[in-house]
Amino acid sequence: MSKIIEQPRYSCALGAQQTVVAIKRAVPILHSGPGCSSKISNLIGQGEGYAGGNTIPCTNASESEVVFGGEGKLRTVIDGAFKVIDADLYVVLTGCTSDIVGDDIGSVTSEYQEVGKPIVYVETGGFKSNNYVSHDVVVNAIIDQFVDKFKKDSNVKAGLVNVFATIPYQDPYWNGNLEEIKRILEGIGLQVNILFGLESKGVEEWKTIPNAQFNIVVNAWAGLEIAEHLKEKYGTLYFHFPYLPIGGSETSKFLRGVAEFGDLDKNIVEAFIKKEEEKFYSYIERTADFMLEFRYGLPRRFYTILDATYAVGFSKFLLNELGIIPVKQFIIDDTPEKYRESIIEQFNKISEFRSAEVAFSIDGGAIQEEISKDNRKNRVLILGSGWERDLASNLGADLLIISAPVAYRLVLSCGYAGYNGGLRVIEDIYDRVLNTYR
Amino acid sequence: MGTINLKESEVSIREARLGSITGFNGTAGELVRCAHAGKLKDCSRSFSQCMGCSSGNAFCQLSMIKDAAIVNHAPVGCAGDFFGFNFVYRVGQMERNLPPTIGRYFNTNIEERDTVFGAIEKLQETVREAYERVHPKAIFITTSCASGIIGDDVESASNELSEELGIPVVACFCEGFKSKIWTTGFDSAYHSIARKIVKPPRKKTNKVNIINFWGSHIFDDILKKLGYEAEYIVPFSTISELEYISEAAATIQICPTLGTYLGAALEQVYGVPEIKSPPAYGVAGTDNWLRELGRVLNRQEEIEKIIKEEHEKIIPKIEEYRSKLKGKTAYITAGAAHGHAIIALLRELGLEVQGAAIFHHDPVYDNGDNTSDALAHDVNTYGDIKNYNVCNKQAYELVNILNRVKPDIMIARHGGMTLWGAKLGVPTLLIGDEQFGFGYQGVLNYAERILETIDNKEFVTNLAKHSSMPYTKWWLEQDPFTFLGGDAHVENYRTT
Repeated sequence: MSKIIEQPRYSCALGAQQTVVAIKRAVPILHSGPGCSSKISNLIGQGEGYAGGNTIPCTNASESEVVFGGEGKLRTVIDGAFKVIDADLYVVLTGCTSDIVGDDIGSVTSEYQEVGKPIVYVETGGFKSNNYVSHDVVVNAIIDQFVDKFKKDSNVKAGLVNVFATIPYQDPYWNGNLEEIKRILEGIGLQVNILFGLESKGVEEWKTIPNAQFNIVVNAWAGLEIAEHLKEKYGTLYFHFPYLPIGGSETSKFLRGVAEFGDLDKNIVEAFIKKEEEKFYSYIERTADFMLEFRYGLPRRFYTILDATYAVGFSKFLLNELGIIPVKQFIIDDTPEKYRESIIEQFNKISEFRSAEVAFSIDGGAIQEEISKDNRKNRVLILGSGWERDLASNLGADLLIISAPVAYRLVLSCGYAGYNGGLRVIEDIYDRVLNTYR
Repeated sequence: MGTINLKESEVSIREARLGSITGFNGTAGELVRCAHAGKLKDCSRSFSQCMGCSSGNAFCQLSMIKDAAIVNHAPVGCAGDFFGFNFVYRVGQMERNLPPTIGRYFNTNIEERDTVFGAIEKLQETVREAYERVHPKAIFITTSCASGIIGDDVESASNELSEELGIPVVACFCEGFKSKIWTTGFDSAYHSIARKIVKPPRKKTNKVNIINFWGSHIFDDILKKLGYEAEYIVPFSTISELEYISEAAATIQICPTLGTYLGAALEQVYGVPEIKSPPAYGVAGTDNWLRELGRVLNRQEEIEKIIKEEHEKIIPKIEEYRSKLKGKTAYITAGAAHGHAIIALLRELGLEVQGAAIFHHDPVYDNGDNTSDALAHDVNTYGDIKNYNVCNKQAYELVNILNRVKPDIMIARHGGMTLWGAKLGVPTLLIGDEQFGFGYQGVLNYAERILETIDNKEFVTNLAKHSSMPYTKWWLEQDPFTFLGGDAHVENYRTT
């Protein structure tokens, strides 16, 4: 299969600098070429955060580091970072230059680790993988080189869970999604290490990762390597929910799955679900007449050009809760071969009555060419990225931008996960639809 | 300075070609004197923050050629700037009433096995696919650290593909690690255009090349008055327009940091005279520039008339602004030549420039002519500038300085810097369009925006109250140039 990419929607392995930026008071230290960091921030940045963007320390590898090695330079930049940047955790990440010339960053960084500095290193040369894959690699390195060393004890704390859900910044709505996931899990009686973003307690929370009763992965495939690693390392079992739960029905299914896995108190769980569903479906009921009666045209079919987690989540929601029918679904996250079968399976049973066609491709240009041949038999909705503006307008389609690059939307706390996320999807889709009328 | 050599596939980097530097701390006058005496030494920083790289700047100039496609021979992360430039391209389409179209940019997606076996086949496949999808008039290939270090022979591949496809397929060498001065990427882009796209002139025309980004078309009126026609390059040009920029009557640069190489190449290779005065910022700067334009285009009389009329119209208004801005202080952070332009504007308006952090310094441009030195023009026209710091986007130095200086306004030219002013409660202004401050009208434009910004304190005051600071207290108490390596020419930074 062709590997070329027109219209990229994700970054390289070094893109996991955003994983570090998303941890409270953590800072990446790049041992890479001078432009890598800002290219990543351009695509999946959206604001500096605490110490992202232009704050990120970097060795800015030049010809001399490529020819003579860059270990000396790395050492002085780490020294400087400890003095200049006020952070709780420092994560050294390499770029192509260092990984091709073979700098031994492990030996440089371990000098600091040996004297008790909170520093971690990971080889993330851009060519090695993409940021979906390297997210797991970076989290595992933090667990091995930092969490494990600084953990208070290994006692299992009943009701404590670690959540590995969206990839920060690659998912433009990561913070909102994590907030909602944390809220609903707390609602069923759990104590939640959400690990990234504003609802996390930062490195103190990370230090309790080994104490969790179990782990939760809410993702098609990213995050599984972390959960497997923790299972091996601390014997922590994990519950895998393979897509983003959106809206009443899927969120309740998710919570019941977690409850069953963790053997939680049924009364608390069902009481919470009942309260949330009541609220969610009261809103749906209120707008059902609009969806049934609005006579000037609403989208009746949809395409997704999203990562697997979003694609399955949105497909289930749009079909089952809004009655919009899936056309072809395009998965653009370079899903590793071994996970594809189970994703196809999800689409095969997208509802009780229907299956949906799915294709895996990383080449946005080729995907757009295919969608542009749509038969245009009725109004269509596209869930994609900022790249889809012209495609949508040429098809007379409605576009909801979910995937990076977002560019045309400003995202603060917006999220699409859970009960609240489901309502937000409905508002956002029909906001765009209604806005097309003069 | 070097002579232009279009036979080489790669342009030599600015450090080698022009002696450009990225670290200096002293006064602007000292810098100019050192530079003109050929005594400029670079100093490096033992601690540094991420910068930009040549590949981004090369892409910046190539990505908006209307009928070209770009292939970025790199791992996917290097294509992180595609969408940003596509966005700029589309905003420019709106401003020019062009139909919406997407930038056609491709990435070869270099992966681990390619670093062992080479990625030339991937490159060929991508170029062919780009050709099939787009049918462009030319394809530019931008290189990367990875493609450079693994030693892919991009030049040979480009030449073969040119033959095969029957359009120019042009290698643009812009590996990030090659230069600390990311504006070297402009030179790379222009070198690839000059050596493979531009053709020898068939005749002379009345067009005047304007090397710019994607700014407003402010040169139309004046050139029309003089009997000439403005040709804005390179963004929003077509390949066939670029082929004959060699026929123009002259070349204007909006910013010599941007256009130094192309301006000199067109003059040296095809005899298109370059307007060598620093760009027209501030009244004196505009006078000089217009006179040089008049001389080159042989329109001295008309120019003197324009200068007289404009002075009568503009000077009283400038006086008004000067009285309002009297005693106000400013700090500047910007790329080199445009930073010099902003300094001229501010001092024309009577603001006190407390210092500047300018991304790099070119001691001389490719034309080898000291009259093009915009910083020398600033110093000679308005006096020396203390606390002049050459600093390639090192936010930690900037924050340290701003925290001491606390100016009434900070003027930034590039993204990622304004935040630090605002977090410290300093009103901050960023103007993207270089043309906005150009010429006599530009002085008034800037004045109005500065007054607006200084007046609008509510947001920054509130933000400062609620902001966090990722820099340590220790750092904010240190000399801002603690990590800058020794430079014999300069004294330590002192605030007044």
